[in-house]
Amino acid sequence: MEAKNFPAVDMEIRKWGAKPESLIQVLHGTQEALGYLPKEVLVYISEKLNIPLSKVYGVVTFYNFFKLTKDADHVIMTCMGTACYVKGGEAVLNALCEKLGIKPNEITKDGKFAVRIVRCLGCCGLAPAIAVDGKDIYGKLTPEKAIEILERYM
Amino acid sequence: MKIYRIHALICAGAQCLAAGGNGFEDALKEELKKHDLTEEVNIVETGCMGSCQLGPLMVVYPEGVIYTKVKPDDAKEIVEEHFLKGRPVKRLLWKQEEKQFPTLNDVPFFAKQTKIVLRNCGIINPEDITEYIAQGGYEALAKAITEMTREDVIKVVKDSGLRGRGGAGFPTGLKWELAYKQNSDTKYIICNADEGDPGAYMDRSVLEGDPHSVLEGMAIAGYAVGAQKGYIYIRAEYPLAIKRLEIAIKQARASGLLGKNILGTNFSFDIELRMGAGAFVCGEETALINSIEGKRGEPRKKPPFPVEKGVFGKPTVINNVETLANIPVIIEKGASFFRKFGTEKSPGTKVFALAGKVNITGLVEVPLGTSLRTIVFDIGGGIPEGHTFKAAQTGGPSGGVIPAEHLDVPMDYENLPQLGTIMGSGGLIIMDETSCMVDVAKFFLKFTVDESCGKCTPCREGTRQMLNILEKITTGNGTMEDLDRLERLGNIIKLTSLCGLGQTAPNPVLSTLRYFRDEYIAHIKDKRCPSNVCSMKGEKNERKVLNRRLA
Ligand SMILES: Cc1cc2nc3c(=O)[nH]c(=O)nc-3n(C[C@H](O)[C@H](O)[C@H](O)COP(=O)(O)O)c2cc1C
Ligand code: FES
Repeated sequence: MEAKNFPAVDMEIRKWGAKPESLIQVLHGTQEALGYLPKEVLVYISEKLNIPLSKVYGVVTFYNFFKLTKDADHVIMTCMGTACYVKGGEAVLNALCEKLGIKPNEITKDGKFAVRIVRCLGCCGLAPAIAVDGKDIYGKLTPEKAIEILERYM
Repeated sequence: MKIYRIHALICAGAQCLAAGGNGFEDALKEELKKHDLTEEVNIVETGCMGSCQLGPLMVVYPEGVIYTKVKPDDAKEIVEEHFLKGRPVKRLLWKQEEKQFPTLNDVPFFAKQTKIVLRNCGIINPEDITEYIAQGGYEALAKAITEMTREDVIKVVKDSGLRGRGGAGFPTGLKWELAYKQNSDTKYIICNADEGDPGAYMDRSVLEGDPHSVLEGMAIAGYAVGAQKGYIYIRAEYPLAIKRLEIAIKQARASGLLGKNILGTNFSFDIELRMGAGAFVCGEETALINSIEGKRGEPRKKPPFPVEKGVFGKPTVINNVETLANIPVIIEKGASFFRKFGTEKSPGTKVFALAGKVNITGLVEVPLGTSLRTIVFDIGGGIPEGHTFKAAQTGGPSGGVIPAEHLDVPMDYENLPQLGTIMGSGGLIIMDETSCMVDVAKFFLKFTVDESCGKCTPCREGTRQMLNILEKITTGNGTMEDLDRLERLGNIIKLTSLCGLGQTAPNPVLSTLRYFRDEYIAHIKDKRCPSNVCSMKGEKNERKVLNRRLA
């Protein structure tokens, strides 16, 4: 494969050191910069950290956090932790999916939205809760309120 | 230090922020400016105050007036009435059963708690090390490294009887002693902040509200066992906690409380953060070690135990966040102080994340051995009107349920296992008659099936088979033999799995079978979900069952 440069990856490697144990932290930083982990980048990281590509792939697919394909513009993390579950998180999840015409963990055709199931956002007091784009947390939801919030991002 | 007439503590915990705390703070600052009060009123952003559901919260000192659910529009009235005229705004006070509670100390939710771990949460600004120090912070570290030998430190922790708060309740002093005895130049301390129980957030609140208490606990552990380096392994889902830890570590280094030659002694210790990447099994200590080494987070065989061969093959102490936050108090005030709380075999306090169908949800810290009834009814204000307590779930996916007849059980490391559940990390989910116990068991089993790492067969295949049986039962296709099958399979999985995940995965099923067998039977015999949760699909099902019989 043609040698390419990925300055974002180089920066992460400088920060964490070109050692095998830096892999997960480098993947974190890279995904934050690029939004996901394209194949060429994994090849590059494998060479730089001197880890077989198969091992890199094994790590990437082990952890839920890492993505091999581009993510939706807006990711709605719907909490299905215990507290949210007993307070009706499933109804919120179903409403969101129905509105977008997708199943949980899928991306809409236009690539704009994804609904993802997560386990406890640590906001159990606000159950049921969702987090949009990893930072905006909304709690005490009903299916109707959830749709209202979704529409704000449309 | 500047003297202020009024201190307004605004909760900046994740949940209060989510409920709109920022907007209120901005509005309050604006109002203070308007009335030229910025020199008289000190605004402090604190960590979690505990009663997250009523947030955003603000506590105003010197009186200790507590305001709930404050909105930007309320700022004007609070400033004009309370700050200027000294008349608290009644409509925003804590209300419960028609009664109003003017100050923090009057509210049963707070008055009945005992705060050791959460001593600073909701009181200090977690992003300012001087506030931690002003509360006596880092005195324990100073005492340990200047006045005590390493053996002294271990002895105090052993005498205190502190047991690991991460779930298993292993005696912390003993763990430290085992690591201390290892002959190695390099040793590590790891703080387990992976908090995976879906429905619990105690550790998160400590890290967000009082990060230095954990850093101090780690440094003391490092001194005791002879480690030079510590890692905090934290969930990537906790960005605010990560940010506050980064700030805290930087400030501690700048103050000479972490790094080389701490406080001028020859003890050096530094801490780095490592982010997890969304795998529940990584909370298990050997899987966590693999993850820190950059590998797939699959558990390892024990022995060797981490205290012998941990990260990078070196002796490693792994402790939970809450365990470590207890350490400074034990060192500073002594083992006998700590033993004043809790029971003989379970001394100290425990933080629970009270959630579900209870009037006041939030974080509560109580002495170990406090009864479940006290937590749910006295502190949590009971079950919402028109509903009844059915069961409490403890220990998350590794635990079980406590039914109403055992409401008086003392919550500690001895009594919970006798009821077939565990203390776990502190998740406490209250359920009323609208929760179906079979569905709850299925919920937790789905979780473990998803999170099983796949390395050992009993856990990978066995939990899936159990889930299949539960699916059958909850769609009206179960048979009575399925119940025996669940029990037999569950016990085999417990005995034969490689790590704690599989060894405890059947607990939610076994425990609900123990106390709520009648609900399982209703699903099987009457094809009916008593709580109306499972879609039994009525006739269609019966036809399916019929077809199978014919075939
Ligand atoms: C599947 C599984 C998940 C665990 N998750 C956590 C966790 O999130 N946090 C934690 O502190 N301990 C967790 N533990 C317990 C750890 O393995 C370990 O016992 C603990 O961190 C030791 O610290 P302590 O002695 O201070 O409790 C988990 C164990 C298992 C088997
Ligand atoms: S269970 Fe949903 S935030 Fe904790």
